[in-house]
Amino acid sequence: MAQKVLVLVGTRKGAFVIEGDARRSSWELRGPFCEAWPINHVVADPATGTIYAGGGNEWFGPAVWKSTDRGANWTHSSEGLAYAEGEQPIKSVWSLSPASGTLYAGVEPAGLFRSADGGHSWQHLAGLRNHPSREKWQPGGGGLILHSLVPHPKDDKQLWVAISAAGVFHTADGGETWEPRNRGTRADFMPEGQKYPEFGQCVHSLVMAPGKPDRLYQQNHCGMYRSEDGGRQWDSIEAGLPSTFGFPAAVHPRDPETLYLLPLNGDIAGRYVPEGKTAVWRTRDGGRSWQALRQGLPQKNAFFGVLRQAMATDRLAPAGVYFGTSTGMLFASADEGESWSCIAQYLPTISSVETLVVDT
Amino acid sequence: MTDDESAPAVPTVVLTLPAAFANLFPGSARRVELPAATVGEALDALNARWPGMRDRICDSTPAIRRHMNVFVDGRRATLQTPLAPGADVMVMTAISGG
Repeated sequence: MAQKVLVLVGTRKGAFVIEGDARRSSWELRGPFCEAWPINHVVADPATGTIYAGGGNEWFGPAVWKSTDRGANWTHSSEGLAYAEGEQPIKSVWSLSPASGTLYAGVEPAGLFRSADGGHSWQHLAGLRNHPSREKWQPGGGGLILHSLVPHPKDDKQLWVAISAAGVFHTADGGETWEPRNRGTRADFMPEGQKYPEFGQCVHSLVMAPGKPDRLYQQNHCGMYRSEDGGRQWDSIEAGLPSTFGFPAAVHPRDPETLYLLPLNGDIAGRYVPEGKTAVWRTRDGGRSWQALRQGLPQKNAFFGVLRQAMATDRLAPAGVYFGTSTGMLFASADEGESWSCIAQYLPTISSVETLVVDT
Repeated sequence: MTDDESAPAVPTVVLTLPAAFANLFPGSARRVELPAATVGEALDALNARWPGMRDRICDSTPAIRRHMNVFVDGRRATLQTPLAPGADVMVMTAISGG
């Protein structure tokens, strides 16, 4: 049966769905959804097709939105999505991840919640905030946010999370206890002798190689890294990239050696694409070498950035690759990044991009 | 003596809700009468009628959200503000956004 891609887009002013045709050459935009709330992450559960959107509104607080009809109708809930009385209240939902019938949510200030009923009600997994390092977690530029959720594909007790700027943490017991996994990642913002702490690194995004749960990649505020042992040890793979700074990382749907990045010019240099020329950088060998992919992307006067959750692939063959800009443009490639076209523009600042493949 | 006279009656108050709630809570009313002796009780009663509505007005501190206001008979209130019978309780969105 023919298939098509829904690109799920979270923005500062609502969620959008961009629906492609079977050839991924023609696109139709729907939205804004979620009452134009700031939406940090829109994901779909591939098992059910249900779409979830996490965010928070300045007036009404945090919530997770849900649509079971590809975005036509939405409901929202924040039942149980709260810390204890007296603690700093949750400002916003930052990340969502469906995993084996469970839906995880990462929030600001950093913490982890789980829903067993499709986002209707939430339970706090307090073990993470009970970690002894928590008093020393420092917010990054986007706040103290839990922005990456990486469940183990076969062991539902294992989960990796990434927090800015506390680092990567792993649980092997369903969230009761956690271990920092940051060895080998730099903290350039710390004094000499303290640049490789146990935690406190500014991880920007964390992803898992397909079919290889021990292999993780991360784009960090300070470099690009690969781990072959579930994050116990990280090795730099930034040689060959134009910058050590960027936000998103996206894995290929099937090839664990292929990874896509979008390096920016530097943390205090504007945070836009280097020299105003847009490129997605791809490795085909696990980060040993990199190629710039530019065909169809703006090659002059491009002064946008791409945020940490704003790049994704689809699971078709060849794989599609997508990214959204801080200036509200959505670029798509239907050939693994070789060539690109702009499929939406004039959107609000894009916070996240994910995909859902459906039968036509 | 009837039962109604033996127990102190919980006063009925009149709440007016923000227009935005019509979309957030389909089927909800803009104006509703509820029994409540404080603003906090009024929001609990509101939540019983339309689950989730309290979370949109208060945070987990618990306190009225920073960019929401509740006025009782024209005066800005807190969750502890007492309500007299027939009190006029207005829930309003404050100036915010960007």
